[in-house]
Parts: sequence; C-alpha cells; structure tokens
Amino acid sequence: MYRYDSYDQSIVDARVEEFRDQTQRRLAGALTEDQFKPLRLMNGLYLQLHAYMLRVAIPYGTLSGTQMRKLGEIAGKYDKGYAHFTTRQNLQYNWIKLADAPDILAELATVEMHAIQTSGNCIRNISSDQYAGVSADEVADPRPWAELLRQWSSFHPEFTYLPRKFKIAVIASDDDRAAMRLHDIGLKLVERDGVVGAEVYAGGGMGRTPMVAPLIRDFVAEDEIISYLEACLRVYNRYGRRDNKYKARIKILVHEIGVEEYKRQVEEEFAHMRTLGLNPPVEELARIRAFFAPPAYETDLSDTIDRSDRAFALWLDRQVAAHKAPGYAIVNISLKPIDGIPGDASAEQMALVADLAESYSFDELRVTHAQNLVLPHVQKADLFAIWQKLVAAGLAEANLDLITDIIACPGLDYCALANARSIPLAQKIAARFADAERQADLGELKLKISGCINACGHHHAGHIGILGVDRRGVENFQLLLGGSGAEDASLGQITGPGFSEDGVVDAIEKVTDIYLAERTDGERFLDTYRRIGMTPFKEAIYG
Amino acid sequence: MVEFLSFRDGESTQEPAVTVEAFTGQSNATAVRIEPGEDARELLPHLDRISLVEVNFPGFGDGRGYSAARILREAGYQGELRAVGDVLVDQIVAMRRCGFDSFHPAKALDDAAVDRALTRYADVYQKTIDGRAPIWAKRHPETQNG
Repeated sequence: MYRYDSYDQSIVDARVEEFRDQTQRRLAGALTEDQFKPLRLMNGLYLQLHAYMLRVAIPYGTLSGTQMRKLGEIAGKYDKGYAHFTTRQNLQYNWIKLADAPDILAELATVEMHAIQTSGNCIRNISSDQYAGVSADEVADPRPWAELLRQWSSFHPEFTYLPRKFKIAVIASDDDRAAMRLHDIGLKLVERDGVVGAEVYAGGGMGRTPMVAPLIRDFVAEDEIISYLEACLRVYNRYGRRDNKYKARIKILVHEIGVEEYKRQVEEEFAHMRTLGLNPPVEELARIRAFFAPPAYETDLSDTIDRSDRAFALWLDRQVAAHKAPGYAIVNISLKPIDGIPGDASAEQMALVADLAESYSFDELRVTHAQNLVLPHVQKADLFAIWQKLVAAGLAEANLDLITDIIACPGLDYCALANARSIPLAQKIAARFADAERQADLGELKLKISGCINACGHHHAGHIGILGVDRRGVENFQLLLGGSGAEDASLGQITGPGFSEDGVVDAIEKVTDIYLAERTDGERFLDTYRRIGMTPFKEAIYG
Repeated sequence: MVEFLSFRDGESTQEPAVTVEAFTGQSNATAVRIEPGEDARELLPHLDRISLVEVNFPGFGDGRGYSAARILREAGYQGELRAVGDVLVDQIVAMRRCGFDSFHPAKALDDAAVDRALTRYADVYQKTIDGRAPIWAKRHPETQNG
C-alpha cells in the first residue's frame, strides 16, 4: 500500500488547518452560508436533508486495517455508530455536526486520509478495480497509476473550477469491475511491445444522459499520461458547457462536437502539452509502484479447503474469488444483509474487518463500487475461521453479484436531491428474493437503484435498474432492463410506465420469471435479455 | 483590506483594457480583457505588443480563465496578467500557479487571509509555468523530467 512521505502528509495537514480556519469563520458569522458553500464542497461536506454529510476519500478503494479502524472510530464518536460505503469506493458519514468536521479531518490525517475533492466541480477520487494486484489476468497493478493521478489531481490549479465534477477510473484487466467506461475518463492499462501504457476512454457517465465512453486513444505511455490528461481536461475546461449544469459533463461535450473532433482537439493540445515538461520522471511511478509490491506470500501452502460445513461451502462458492498466488484467495465481504441498508457498516463491523485485515490479509482491504468490502490476500487455510467471525458480525451474507447484492444510493432518507426512497425499496426486494436457493438459481443479476435521475445508484448500468421519480408528489419507480457496467458495458432501457414501491417488486418478479422460463444453459439474466429483447418482459409486466 | 494586489516588480499598467474583438481589430491598444468563452489563443500573434491582459471572472465558479492564463504564459507572455471580478481569497493560490501576477477583485480581500493562503501550502504536486518545483522533482532531484 502507498504510504505518505513528508510532502504528502504536509499537504493533508495544511488542508486540515485551512478547513478549520474556514469553518471557524463560518461559525463566527464571518462567512455566510453562500460564501462557505463552495469551500466546504471542495472538501466533501454537504448539507443534506437532516444534517451535514461528510464524504471521505478512499483512494482507488484501498485501505489498511488502521485506516478502517479509524473510520469506524469516527463513526462511533461523531456519527450515529455507522457509515456508508459508496459506489465510488468512498465512505460517507451522514450525521455530522459542522463544528466537528475539522476535528474529523484532523483524525483522518493521522492515518493518511482526507476528504479533499470528494465533492465540487473538480477531479474526484480516482477509482479502480477492487482485485487490483491480486487478479491473475491484469496487465499490471493499476493502483500506482491511480496514486500518480491522485497526486496530480490534488489541488490542480487549472482544473478546480471545471464545468462539472470529473471522475476517473483506472483498470488493468479485461474483466471490468470498476465500471470504467461509465466514467468521465477511463484508463485501461494495456501492454504493447513489452511496454505498459493506457487505453483512454472519454465521455462516459450516468446521470440524466447516460453514455458509454468511446475510446479516444489506444495507447499513452506512462511517461506521457499526465500531459495527455492535462490536454483532455483543458479542452473540457475551455469548451464544456457551463450554461446548464445538466449538460455540463464531458460526455455532453464529446457527444455534441463528436468523438473525432474531441480527439482532434485533444491531440492538438497534447502536441503542445508534451513540450512543457509536465510529466513526472518514470522514477516517480517506479517509486510509487514499489509501495504496491506483492506482500511476502508464503509458499507451499495447501489449496485444500474443508467444505464439510454446508453454510460455509455456500459462502465459499459465492464470496471467495481466485487469487493469483497459490494457497491464497480473495474474500468478498457482503455489506448487503437481507434486512440491512446496502453499503452501510457499523462501527463494530468496521473494527472487526480491520482486525481481519491485520490478522489474515497483510493489513489490506478494498472497497468495491458495488458497496462491498474485500480482504484481498487470505490464506485458504484461514477461510473457515474468517467466515465464522463474519457470521458472528452479521457480515457473512452469501450474495455477491446476486439479486440481493443491491447497489442503492442513500435516497430520500438522507439526500437533498432525491425524489424517492431507495433504501426501503432495496429492503423489500431483498426480502422478496431472500431465499438462498432462489437467488442462486437466478445467478448473476445486478440490481441497482437510484432515488433520482442523478443516478448515484447506477440504475442505467443494472441488469435490472430502478429509478425513483416524483410523480405529482408520489414516489414512482421506473424499471430498466439490460444495463451493464462491466466490460460488456451497456445502458438499460426503460420498460414502460412506472410503478409504486410494491408494484415494482412485483414487476421484478415477473421479469425474473420470464428469464427462468426463457434462459438456455449458462445464460445469465443479461444474456437472455440481450438474446430475446424487451418484448417478452414487457408483455409479462404490463400484459 | 486589499483592493489591488500585484506580484510584479514596478508599476502596474493603468491603461484601460479593450475587448478581444476591439483589440484584434485595432493596432494601438496594449491592454486587453478576456471574457469567459473567448479564446486566449487569438492573442498569441500579438503578445509582443501587449502589456496587460485582464481575465474576467464574472463568477468564481467559472474556471475558464485559469486555462486562458496558462495558455498565455505557456506561449511566453511576460506582461501583466490580471484576474478581475469575482476573485476570492481561496482562489488566489491557484491563480498564481496559472500565471496571474495581479488581482483586482470586485470585493476587497482581507490582507491577513491572503497572507495565510499564500503561505499555507509549502509544496505543490503539479508542474505549471510558475517555476515552482513540483514534489516529484524534489523527490527525484537527479532526474530530468520528460
């Protein structure tokens, strides 16, 4: 894992003091809320329906046990004893007092964490693959690139007042676990003639105008990635729309001027940028890469696992993924208990997960964009002991990528933008499909709920997506089918008129019944939908 | 309170700035004002006769002026580069890094707050045209960057 040096630490410490100064000016009345708003927003502090919400960056979703323990302590000390993991691998506290925010940031800084640029029209936290460094099929660990970009984007002087927020993801596998092409810029590391570089995708996103990002360059070498991204951002900063916040994301610019024209402008700017010496030397990426060297795996470990406990075997088959090192495994910890809130974890659960990371996973954890957690390096011999501890903590749900592994935004229970409540709906759906055999029979089925058109719950990318809208003062839920945020990225299509909360649960059941009736061997829900199209589903729902 | 802030040696240009359209259409003006959405590159053929470029920020949230400033400095412009309009203390550092060397904010700034802002961050992560060595250069003093 990356560790701060004195430069990194002093920047984060300075930010804490700056924000303390700004907050004190606000509390003393020297700043009005209007003046304070842009300052707090640059630091992830939102005023929500009931309280302040603080969003903490978890760069590329990687953190240590110490960091997770601190996040849990803060949840206990300053919040109501829990916190929420988001679709951008970050963490949100929902019940924060403004006067406490500087102290929270100071506590975060002691464990090399911050909330810098977790909101505002700037480059946000860089996201990545939760299996980075441990999956066998990656070209290289994408996290050193992500850390290079974290530093480059922190307080970038030219790109802090962009037309709109800007999200970057970096992956390095053909399997896309980070929804890379639904980001403003997505990088996929590839190898060419023995050299690692990046394919660059630009103009993806969700919100009210979802787009899958097109490829704009098939290779950028590591010693030019910064100048290339500066070119991408400069074209966007200069020409992205500022007249309408709903048309201000880069996807609209790329769409309106066309991919070819955007590429042409970027190449022209890049030709200029690459002469300016903006790129760190390759030694800098090498320095960062050394932090992500594989841990000291033990050798000659057995791959045999005792499967005699049936519940353990079910969990094993669902939650544990292949690790590149013999004798090791990747453990996915579900934050989607049937009666829980998707992505929420209690302070006690966070402390337990921190312990598990320290005891069993080389002190490392990951957060996934599907709002779950990962222990990335676990000896297979330890899996049973880990499972028992997860069971005791209510963290052993075996539903990874199944219909109850629901992505949901906080919705109208918390969010000032929402039109509808996401959490109660997620709970109703989970309750309806709670039966383990039924879920397993349905197989991979990614269900995603957004409480408004801003699409924080990724409904466009759900195999089944749900969008909450306000219909004359009543919550109404639209149903979408056929989306994907993975390597086969696609956008879901709306089935037709929306439903009540109970109605949409019934409609989902009809949709899954059609799938079960129509599927051929090995077909996932998404595959069947793509083969037979919308019509049979529509007939079942509305017929 | 500070109504005008300059980091240049010597006097600031007093000549009133004309619009980009007026500037490119006439020969004798030496001060020009860029509005958001105007292309700073239109001025590049004329840099040798410009002593002042004002970049207007009608609202602090419109960041196009940061790109305009960097483009002018990257092209070698040495004259005064002034940020005017909704310029707040919290933006001064980023503006300095993009090449602005004078400020005429619509609302006067607090001197102490400006001083604190300018000294708060000892180091920077990015290379710009302001001449400050980025952190990566300090980490690798023996290498030349690309």
